[in-house]
Amino acid sequence: MANGILHAVKQVRGGVRVSHNKNTKDMPVERIAAPKQVVLPMQQHIGAPCQPIVKVGDTVEVGQKIGDTDAFVSAPIHSSVSGKVTAIKEIKTATGMPVTAVFIENDGEMRLHESVKPPVINSREEFLKAIRESGLVGLGGAGFPTHVKLAFKPDAGIDTLVINAAECEPYITVDYRECIDNSRNILAGVYELQKYLGFEQVVIAVEDNKPDAIKILNEIAHDERDIGDKVKVMTLKSKYPQGAEKMMVQSATGRKVPPGKLPADVGCVVMNVGSVGFIGRYLRTGRPLVSRSLTVDGSAIKNPKNVRVPVGTSLQDIIDFCGGFKEEPAKIITGGPMMGVAVIGTEFPVLKQNNAILAFTKKENVYKKERDCIRCGRCANGCPMSLMPTLIDRFALARDVESLKSTGVMVCMECGSCAYSCPAGKPLVQSMREAKHLLREEANKK
Amino acid sequence: MSEEKRLLNVSASPHFRSSDTVTGIMLDVIIAMVPSLLASVYIFGLRVLLVTAVSVLSCVGFEYVSRKIMKRHNTLADLSAVVTGMLLAFNLPVDIPLAMVVIGAAVAIIVAKQFFGGIGQNFVNPALVGRIVLMVSFPVQMSKYGMPFAWQHKGADIVTTATPLSVLGNPASDVQLPRLIEMLLGIRQGSIGEVCAIALIFGFIYLLIRRVIKATIPLCFVGTVALIMLIASKGDLTFVAYEVLSGGLLLGAIFMATDYTTSPVNFKGQVIFAVGCGIITSVIRLFGSLPEGVSFSIIIMNILVPQIEKFTTPKPFGTVKEKKAKEAAQ
Repeated sequence: MANGILHAVKQVRGGVRVSHNKNTKDMPVERIAAPKQVVLPMQQHIGAPCQPIVKVGDTVEVGQKIGDTDAFVSAPIHSSVSGKVTAIKEIKTATGMPVTAVFIENDGEMRLHESVKPPVINSREEFLKAIRESGLVGLGGAGFPTHVKLAFKPDAGIDTLVINAAECEPYITVDYRECIDNSRNILAGVYELQKYLGFEQVVIAVEDNKPDAIKILNEIAHDERDIGDKVKVMTLKSKYPQGAEKMMVQSATGRKVPPGKLPADVGCVVMNVGSVGFIGRYLRTGRPLVSRSLTVDGSAIKNPKNVRVPVGTSLQDIIDFCGGFKEEPAKIITGGPMMGVAVIGTEFPVLKQNNAILAFTKKENVYKKERDCIRCGRCANGCPMSLMPTLIDRFALARDVESLKSTGVMVCMECGSCAYSCPAGKPLVQSMREAKHLLREEANKK
Repeated sequence: MSEEKRLLNVSASPHFRSSDTVTGIMLDVIIAMVPSLLASVYIFGLRVLLVTAVSVLSCVGFEYVSRKIMKRHNTLADLSAVVTGMLLAFNLPVDIPLAMVVIGAAVAIIVAKQFFGGIGQNFVNPALVGRIVLMVSFPVQMSKYGMPFAWQHKGADIVTTATPLSVLGNPASDVQLPRLIEMLLGIRQGSIGEVCAIALIFGFIYLLIRRVIKATIPLCFVGTVALIMLIASKGDLTFVAYEVLSGGLLLGAIFMATDYTTSPVNFKGQVIFAVGCGIITSVIRLFGSLPEGVSFSIIIMNILVPQIEKFTTPKPFGTVKEKKAKEAAQ
């Protein structure tokens, strides 16, 4: 441990080797010109949807809160441009869920709202309140409200904060760019979290294929603010899905999160490095979560880039900023190729938790012909959750709920390692979802 | 945007797939068998190719016809019938009448494979079932192993002598054993695919490099046999080497015990399976009336795979063992 870099306490099981395709890793984030219109869905997080607190015709400014709720598990929505509210109506998001959205016409002035000022924080409670007001959700993709994750009691036995900079999905490089370009924010975020929440240890986990990020993060870990040397960098083997929450906890502490439980149940909190960087910036500027970085890449995109966009910008506006399509796309994904969601069009707004837009041509959109399972075991050996995907696939297709109960399928995080490695080309993740749906349905019946 | 109608694929994640395919895996297995086939042609003559061709063609034919009759989709393109055909031929003596080859293929494909649902569903190795049925039905023809290089001396009668294994099993025999180097190169009597140890090991290495199989089953299988023979012979290493190189041990351990469908999926299960194969093989060789036990041992362990898997399948991530949960509760 010459320079204090940790290695995984326990290697995670399974996983697959995917090509990294980090084509945009040397491209600093470019700021996109604010679009003429933004569409802000009232639910961009896991939990209760917000209610609009503006009316059609209202003038709003950047950072002004436009949606909120009394529910605890939720995060407020702020306007990402200044301008006029033109409509409040129900739209469908990229995943097909109906949601109320506020349409704002941009006046191009980008005036800041008066509420945008550095929060005054003197206590843990004020810190958590500020995080809530910032509208922060997990920026790694899941979109869980951060203040909920951090709202554990001081005596709850939470001793470890794991900061996830693994970025194991192919193509995506925004977390890497955050480490390279905005390390000051990450540094501030790490030590503010440490100051108010008092973790025994803070582990910044990063895959070993990012030496530049490791160097910078290690400087953060050796900062003079690190009293008692509690902040450490941990390198992980480049393997998908190292960045999954349960894998992170296992690598950093050797603890296993039991089925149906959260990292908090084994004393850990996992945060995306982008979220930590955001906290650092928010505490300095008071600017809530109104813009985010995205990787725009894929064989159909003319000029792949990393871009910073106002939340609510349409996918098409962003793709146009990247030169549009150079070839007709056959598939467009929000998120990474392993877990991202394929969308039916480009009219959808970017949400807080989206971290990439990938567009692929017909050439990449080739699927193997589906054949019969030969029991090769690649799915089972690749499963980080020790499941038997081919068996679950069979039960799910037969709608055999009784047999599904003993498979443990509920711990599946849909990482896609099974379907990726299946030589028979079976859509195993689809079957896992079907299986979980069947079990939930059964549980609701009772 | 919306005026130009664009049709996008919205299939479920993951959006990338590995390049592995069932056909590719089967092709790799076929390639891995080619060195043994060539070596055998050199040792036993061109009839090796005839037997192999008949076996492969009948397997493919039976596969096609049975799928057709059962109104199920055609599975020829996955090449599994070709693999079965080659493996069956590898398990037969070179001078076997061709009609018997066809019978063996029919048993392998129709009874052992398609009756149970085809590729991925059979619970025993089809080629081995074919071999065993032939062995029981036609014991004379099945044990008439040709002499190496007999084909070069046309007109010479085929001499049926004891195979190395039956000599080993019978200390009173005055037949001379081939030298070890001959055993390694395959200059000995035996079935088509089992004789040339070097070629089989080449195939093994190829399969390992291509990540088609893991070394677990072959190593545990052969290792167990070697260990038991070492104990049985009280440390006679030459005896152990003969036991490992003779009979169908390498062929069985590398190409047949590793069959995906009829072996356990996870590491622990594979170890139990392979050690079981090794123990049964050794017991048959040491105490049974048959000189060879590889095929029977694999078939027996094939049948036990569901039981092995029941006990060795890992629990879903984070599941706490009952014992530990009780301790924690106290």
